[in-house]
Amino acid sequence: MGSGLASDRDSAARDSASRPERNAANGDVYLRSSVRTVAKILIVGHFAVGKTTFIGTMSEIPPLRTEEVMTQASANIDDLKGAPNKTTTTVAMDFGRLTLSDELVLYMFGTPGQQRFVRLWEDLSRGALGALVLVDPQRLRESFPVMDLVERHGLPYAIAVNRFDGAPPHSLDEVREALDLLPETPVVSCDARDEQSSAGSLIALVEYLMSRLN
Amino acid sequence: MTDEPELELEATELVRPYVITNGRELPGDNTFTMITLVAVSDEAPRARVLDPEKLRVMELCAGGFLAVAEIAAHTGLPMGVVKILLSDLVEDGYLLARAPVPRAQLVERELLEEVLHGLRARFG
Repeated sequence: MGSGLASDRDSAARDSASRPERNAANGDVYLRSSVRTVAKILIVGHFAVGKTTFIGTMSEIPPLRTEEVMTQASANIDDLKGAPNKTTTTVAMDFGRLTLSDELVLYMFGTPGQQRFVRLWEDLSRGALGALVLVDPQRLRESFPVMDLVERHGLPYAIAVNRFDGAPPHSLDEVREALDLLPETPVVSCDARDEQSSAGSLIALVEYLMSRLN
Repeated sequence: MTDEPELELEATELVRPYVITNGRELPGDNTFTMITLVAVSDEAPRARVLDPEKLRVMELCAGGFLAVAEIAAHTGLPMGVVKILLSDLVEDGYLLARAPVPRAQLVERELLEEVLHGLRARFG
């Protein structure tokens, strides 16, 4: 991570500090003071599958980035002293926001799909309504560990097949088969650059979440 | 926007976050999630003798409601550090926290309905 991120962050902080208005509507930094309920949906997927793009498309505010400093045991298991070698890793997450009514706001958290960030996943999945799993039809295999994580945390999910320019047409059924999904798991196609398309996949997820309660 | 942050391996110094939080860690059962909303208390103490980081948080929060994750992003502080600072500021009466709704099935149904309705209304 270069200095570019740091300066982005500084300018974001300055922007927000210089915005005094309260009860800001869509597009502004602050939430309406009438907001009573906060919901969270995870946008998950392997590296470069389009999570950031999706969040940028859907968010009413410029997507924000936050970091968590994680300590993890190093992969070196030959440590003779038994004292675990700890390394620290900074995990960055992008997230965005959608105000859905005067009282309700939805946050979308882009969540890295790496198996080793278990603690981060525990934090992120707690209280999440569900997960939208973005998959790249040309790199389906990379989605397996991501789906393992989602399932292990008991998160209900829908699959959104992010269409890439020049990608061979993959039928959604083929994706379903390749990913070995339950029959009820929704599989929709989505263009993460397109608002209507991305919103459609979120709607498909929430419809599915509701159907599970019946 | 195609450039995803993912994991950034870097030689992170743990010193700074621990200095900011005076070496404290969050109590085990902490009330702050990433989407806990925070606002300045109407009864916030007038006299502010606060650490620079806490002052930054207070200045940011003076503008209106924000979620914990947003405070972390705008201040550039790690989420774990922000949660500790917020915990102190709430305890000392500067800020108010509003936890997200509890996860009960009845509540969840209503919440999902609201989310679905909101998405459909907004994106047709």
